[in-house]
Amino acid sequence: MSTTTPSSVPATDASPGTGSVNPSDPSADEIATLARAVTGAVDLDDAAWRRYLHGLPGVDRVGADARAATLGTRSIKTTSKAWALDTIIRMVDLTTLEGADTAGKVRSLAAKAVRPEPDDPSCPSAAAVCVYNDLVPVAVEALAGTGVKVAAVSTAFPSGRASRAVRLADTADAVQAGADEIDMVIDRGAFLSGRYAQVFDDIVAVREACHADGRDAHLKVILETGELVTYDNVRRASWLAMLAGADFIKTSTGKISPAATLPVTVVMLEAVRDFRAATGRQVGVKPAGGIRTSKDAIKYLVAVNETVGEDWLDPDWFRFGASSLLNDVLMQRQKLSTGAYSGPDYVTVD
Amino acid sequence: MAAQSIAAPGARLEVRKTYKLFVGGKFPRSESGRTYEVADAKGRFLANAALGSRKDAREAVVAARAAQAGWAGATAYNRGQVLYRVAELLEGRREQFVAEVAAGEGLSTRKAEAAVSAAVDRWVWYAGWTDKVAQVAGSANPVAGPYFNISAPEPTGVVVVIAPQTSSLLGLVSVIAPPLVTGNTVVVVSSEARPLPAITLSEVLATSDVPGGVVNVLTGRTAELGPPLASHLDVNAIDVGGALGADGLAWGDLEAAAAENVKRVLRPPVGDREPDWTEAPHPRRILAFTETKTVWHPKGV
Amino acid sequence: MSPFEYAPAPESRAIVDIASSYGLFIDGEFTPSSDGSSFKTVNPATEEVLAEVAEATDEDVERAVKAARRAQQKLWGPMPGSERAKYLFRIARLLAERAREFAVLETLDNGKPIRESRDVDVPTAAAHFFYYAGWADKLDHAGFGPSPRPHGVAAQVIPWNFPLLMLAWKIAPALATGNTVVLKPAETTPLTALLFADLLRQAELPPGVVNIVTGARATGAALVGHPDVDKIAFTGSTPVGKRIAREVAGTHKHVTLELGGKAANIVFDDAPIDQAIEGIVNGIFFNQGQVCCAGSRLLVQESVAEELVERLKSRLGTLRVGDPMDKNTDVGAINSAQQLARITELTDAGTAEGATRWSPECELPSSGYWFAPTLFTGVSAAHRIAREEIFGPVLSVLTFRTPQEAVTKANATPYGLSAGIWTEKGSRILWMADRLRAGVVWSNTFNRFDPTSPFGGYKESGYGREGGRHGLAPYLIEGSSF
Repeated sequence: MSTTTPSSVPATDASPGTGSVNPSDPSADEIATLARAVTGAVDLDDAAWRRYLHGLPGVDRVGADARAATLGTRSIKTTSKAWALDTIIRMVDLTTLEGADTAGKVRSLAAKAVRPEPDDPSCPSAAAVCVYNDLVPVAVEALAGTGVKVAAVSTAFPSGRASRAVRLADTADAVQAGADEIDMVIDRGAFLSGRYAQVFDDIVAVREACHADGRDAHLKVILETGELVTYDNVRRASWLAMLAGADFIKTSTGKISPAATLPVTVVMLEAVRDFRAATGRQVGVKPAGGIRTSKDAIKYLVAVNETVGEDWLDPDWFRFGASSLLNDVLMQRQKLSTGAYSGPDYVTVD
Repeated sequence: MAAQSIAAPGARLEVRKTYKLFVGGKFPRSESGRTYEVADAKGRFLANAALGSRKDAREAVVAARAAQAGWAGATAYNRGQVLYRVAELLEGRREQFVAEVAAGEGLSTRKAEAAVSAAVDRWVWYAGWTDKVAQVAGSANPVAGPYFNISAPEPTGVVVVIAPQTSSLLGLVSVIAPPLVTGNTVVVVSSEARPLPAITLSEVLATSDVPGGVVNVLTGRTAELGPPLASHLDVNAIDVGGALGADGLAWGDLEAAAAENVKRVLRPPVGDREPDWTEAPHPRRILAFTETKTVWHPKGV
Repeated sequence: MSPFEYAPAPESRAIVDIASSYGLFIDGEFTPSSDGSSFKTVNPATEEVLAEVAEATDEDVERAVKAARRAQQKLWGPMPGSERAKYLFRIARLLAERAREFAVLETLDNGKPIRESRDVDVPTAAAHFFYYAGWADKLDHAGFGPSPRPHGVAAQVIPWNFPLLMLAWKIAPALATGNTVVLKPAETTPLTALLFADLLRQAELPPGVVNIVTGARATGAALVGHPDVDKIAFTGSTPVGKRIAREVAGTHKHVTLELGGKAANIVFDDAPIDQAIEGIVNGIFFNQGQVCCAGSRLLVQESVAEELVERLKSRLGTLRVGDPMDKNTDVGAINSAQQLARITELTDAGTAEGATRWSPECELPSSGYWFAPTLFTGVSAAHRIAREEIFGPVLSVLTFRTPQEAVTKANATPYGLSAGIWTEKGSRILWMADRLRAGVVWSNTFNRFDPTSPFGGYKESGYGREGGRHGLAPYLIEGSSF
């Protein structure tokens, strides 16, 4: 575990809680320099990555599950529940990723993201709308000037099984169309077969594409933890992605079961916490898929609160990738204000 | 050790043995320099035995403690081999044991032979237990959770045995073999009036593969040796059964002294009579000097 | 201050109906003590008096033992195991049905967080009855020879740290094997045992099979010293355990003792660090550290000690200390003023002897008995806080360099109840587990309990095992050979 705090890391001064602790986006060269400093490897080949990633402290699955289960027993009531519900809304990447998606569907979703509760101006907007690449222009137009971001799932989402050139073109396409955020997938095949350098280079390259032409799309790296299977792999993939310059690490595409789970998210939260301690760079976390109820989402907020703390309790640093979650949160919100349980007829269907 | 004391003309004068303590694989005299007279069942002189002292008892515990980790650390298979070898050597000394038992216990040769045979067989019985007791007394525990969980008996450590006062060989073997099975080391206080088979047994042990210190034999006054051993803080358990019939000592006093460091105490059976050692043995005597250790580990990928 | 402060989430105490006074439960009935004496039990979190409880005299103990003897000879002993089993199954089910009521009462009387009484104490107690219920008609196959017999009357004295759970650990195997019981709960936590008596009424357990005599030390001494009890089971402090062992010496009363501990929790440099931190926290702050098997000595490999302590400190900062009835409380109240005084005395000694004391910032309630989670670094093996059982939320951190040194330090104590090992290397775990002189070894976990898993100590931590098949042995007499 001493490997998580190398002494030779050029740490930047983190100023937590200000929204953007990372002063400037590093270049590809700077990323490689940081990665070499953290890993202690001169040449970042697969063997060097394996030595480093496999030297990270292990994760005991049973213990991690137990920790998450205990966090899940927290009872969040009254004022803290009200704050949590609004915060969850502010953290939602309202998502539609269907083959049947249309411009109409995306516009409707965008409207919902901006004003989830049309009759209640105190209800905050969602963080972003997350769509497939080809629908980015529709979302950009619908959300212009609202502050709600447009996120695009890119890089041959969800499998990522395309050449790097195609995946980069996919990314460039979304960035050009005005996406604020790119949700890329890693090559799980490469990761599972130990070709870590390739995964690292992929991420660095996609990141470059996010910054092409003076643009500044935030990069969320989807680990697809359901395919990585072990928590050890989740921790390793988290570090690999963070060292490659990810702004966010994200659990899942939502197309693979299991998608986000609380213990996996806790493992990733521990990774971003340790990464900031080691490098000064703060990275966000996005659980996605399978979080459908307020009760579940609150457990994630509790986990954030108690593992990494308030610095991450902000849409800049924590997001939920979800579609049906928002309506459940809205119903809970109505219950809190009226005292009566709400029903699906009292929220909008998108 | 024949009984006659005057050599007849022309007859050869017997070379007598000096009986000593057995501590740490060596045969020291008592540090006190004292001996006491051992007589046969009819009161005739047999030998002078070492009259062990508190300090001898202390030395014996030191030797037993030093040997304990090694003995417990040997494989169960190895302990079984070593103990079985003791039985082989006992068999080889049959005649000497028969003579000692007959003289000390006042038995006919035939009865003494039966007792010695039973003692050898008893040793064989216990030798076979070394690599089985954990299977009989251990368990895999199906806990309600993702954990591997297993319990197994381990030796408690240094065991003091107050040997039976009456049955000087069969009784002795029946009480010192069981603690040895699992890897305990033993300090035994022999029958006070009938110590000779115990001393001969030490000679057997000394020439066997049993490491020095695994068995330590003290002769002397049970009432003098028992209490300091019962209260000794580096002793883990005590078999107080042999206090029955010992002069000036009640087993309850030893048990009370043993409470000082929560020793495991093996009491005499209800009725406070020395057991009939010819009855079939039971692994209970082995388990009395074990600790059940339970180990947990998560199961997860 | 975090924007995410948890609002109070108190469990309702309306579910439990606490009477103003309680009698002794003897021969199926509540009766006052023979001389009318009683004592108060308080909520340690508030110092509020919860109830007045009868204090059993020698005469009351006599009555209880007689009732137990009668029930054992006439009814419970001769009863087929299959029938005894059904009573025990009933008890298990009733405990589950009334779980919340028991949890709330336990928390009120003991001071432990409702999260623990709700999620650990009560369900584990119910599970214990369920487990031993199934043994009652299978004793011939339990490995204790054919037709093993009960001892008769079991005198059981239990501590205040897990009042209901310890009751279950004692009563379940005793009843399953055909013994009857006279149980003395701890003076400061009698209420769940008395509620349990009410549960026995619902179960229609025959009178005299379980008798509950509340009281203090004198009651316990009268019970243990009673000439007509056959079996004594005690859980509590090592000094009292030794006294009991001395008292019964020379008799044929069977005794099992579950006494103190000073467990080493050993963390290697390759440990799964985040889970190790949780294990350390659970090891010493579970039930405010008032646990005989608490991991009170943290042995950390020197190469990672500094980093681990920093991580531990930041984790301790998230512990929620306060109202035990709040569902989000992690660390509740100390059980009594007396225990608080002992913890205070020993921690003061730690400071005086030169160890470095640290606690997270936490606001403690103004009334009640409270002690902040405390960490001592710079502890040497000679310090009292490294040797004596504190029985409180106080962790002493020591270091080691090699596995052998860890074993040596871990074993260097008169106690031997439990130990923890944290490393990702399997062969090292097994090597360590072989050498640690402790009855329970938790590797890559800590403070796990299960009805099927034997629990009990080496050395001055006591003798006998509770739980599992092993837990039947102390309540049975095998065949007659030596």
